[in-house]
Amino acid sequence: MRMFYENFPFFCVFLALLSGILTTLVRDGKKARAVTLAMLLCAAVLNGAVFLETSLRNVNFTYAMGAFPAPWGNELRAGPVESMLCTVFCLVMLFSLMGGGKDLEEDILPEKQNLYYIMMDLLAASLFALSYTNDMFTGYVFIEINTIAACSIVMARDCGQTILATIRYLIMSLVGSGVFLFGVSMLYTITGHLLMPSLYPAVTALFDNDSLHYPLAVLSGMMCVGLAVKSALFPFHTWLPTAHGSATTASSAVLSGVVLKGYIILLIKIMCRVFTPEEIGSLGVGSVLFVLGACAMIYGSVWAVRETHAKRMIAYSSVAQVGYIYLGLGLCTPAGITAAIFQIVAHAFTKPLLFIATGGLIRASGHQKKLYYLRGAAWRNVAAGLGFTVGGLSMVGLPLLAGFVTKLVLGQAALAEEIPQWQMITALAAIAVSSLLNAWYYLPVILQIWKKEPEPRGPEGEVYDEHKENPGLSFRTAVLCMSIVVVLLGCLARPFVQLIARGVALL
Amino acid sequence: MELNEILRHLAENRFETASVLLFVVGLAGMLFNRNLFKKVVSMGFMDSAIFLFLTSAGYVEGRIAPIIADPSVPATVEVYSNPLPAGLVLTGIVVSVSFTAFGLALTQRLYKKYHSLNIDEIMMQARKSED
Repeated sequence: MRMFYENFPFFCVFLALLSGILTTLVRDGKKARAVTLAMLLCAAVLNGAVFLETSLRNVNFTYAMGAFPAPWGNELRAGPVESMLCTVFCLVMLFSLMGGGKDLEEDILPEKQNLYYIMMDLLAASLFALSYTNDMFTGYVFIEINTIAACSIVMARDCGQTILATIRYLIMSLVGSGVFLFGVSMLYTITGHLLMPSLYPAVTALFDNDSLHYPLAVLSGMMCVGLAVKSALFPFHTWLPTAHGSATTASSAVLSGVVLKGYIILLIKIMCRVFTPEEIGSLGVGSVLFVLGACAMIYGSVWAVRETHAKRMIAYSSVAQVGYIYLGLGLCTPAGITAAIFQIVAHAFTKPLLFIATGGLIRASGHQKKLYYLRGAAWRNVAAGLGFTVGGLSMVGLPLLAGFVTKLVLGQAALAEEIPQWQMITALAAIAVSSLLNAWYYLPVILQIWKKEPEPRGPEGEVYDEHKENPGLSFRTAVLCMSIVVVLLGCLARPFVQLIARGVALL
Repeated sequence: MELNEILRHLAENRFETASVLLFVVGLAGMLFNRNLFKKVVSMGFMDSAIFLFLTSAGYVEGRIAPIIADPSVPATVEVYSNPLPAGLVLTGIVVSVSFTAFGLALTQRLYKKYHSLNIDEIMMQARKSED
């Protein structure tokens, strides 16, 4: 007998698609927004219920779609990790839309607002499907749906810069998905399967016979690189700063917090459920991801230090933070993957918090995006200032905040016995240098936005009114909620990490 | 391996060889071509290469499509080629077409705004207008 909650993953995908259709019908931006927010809330509750049930029972389950059983039909599969990440995604998208609402109203033409929310619904649907799918080709199709929706929300703010950013994003994304699809096709021609549970024994048999080592290395490398391009791993990150830096606030928050992570979840599933982490390590792909992750941590931070544009600085910091995730994955141990998943959750809350807060600070400074003009802005919008401070300090790695736990768990994973010495040293050095660089560019900004200025002035010498900007209730709620989560993740780290570790064992 | 042997292998796997070559051409075009229109066309190349690879994987010499034309002949697996890759290719074509349309629409918007298809020139102009 199937438990009722096992239907929820499918309901979530369906609900998101349904609300997309509803949104096309309502045509009015405000109503479309309400529909989307309600859908995200419902999906968060449903995913949360799946997470509670599966983590309490410590089980995962397979859900057959339609009337056909496994080799013919399509399947969903949910466990604690997938459902937890989907819950996080719903909440982050909800908070991002709430916090970026005012910018959305200004940046997007009124008659096109409902189209923006359709793309958000589509994004949610594709993220759920990417997390829950048990089939490689379904994964590919939803990667593409995710890409098209993500590109559309970049160009929602209609100007030359965003269109340029979109087309660069589109081209890099298509390179990524093309390479990924080629990898999947090769895997299919070798094994004759596309469902993960059927692929796993076939791939294991190949490893046991020690046959086709090079084809497996090439195809797993292609799949990893394809997904890495889409999640902006160094050196494929060139599209990210312009795309995330020029889009409207809510888009930047969703793109950095959620969209990048969807691809990484599929990668984790491939690593754990098609191959095993040790196999990926023995093929040499793990080491490549590890080295690229370490490079990204340093490179992204160095560019963030040099950046003077507020949102682009945060976007470069995303490049570094994605590096942390790949560093954990590259270790190819359960502990490394646990650290990577923790970083996914931590970053999913911290980066949107920073983007939303920066959006608020920019609004309070007469829409000036250069860091220089944000000085004293925290006094003009206190909620945004507090949010930025919490997010920035978490990125730097202040204890009791989420970012610190990431570095700690990652360091512990790198110090395990089975990790080769060069990886241990590289990982620790990269974490240390990257934290230092993070402090170098976040702390001055935090100090600057809290600097009390007698008469804050913009570039033309205009004076900002201290009390002109009212950020609104939904902005305050969003920033407050995300700040609380960042603090909670830092304070309750141990049980949460154990929960993830148990979930990773079930993958 | 002898050169002859290598050539023989390549000729035996001519579909795979052709698709890898085509894929590399498309990939190089997407990454290194500066003309936006050609980038979009290169994407078509790349996708076609993958479709060729997949279709050739399902095609078996001398077998027919799995459609029962004559009900009196008993249907056996040995007569038919594998239909699944064709289904995958069909899905892939839909995705590829929609992305081509999206890419061309964006290219057109950029051309109307900057009067150029060269991405470097567009980037330069966009940077100028930002400052």
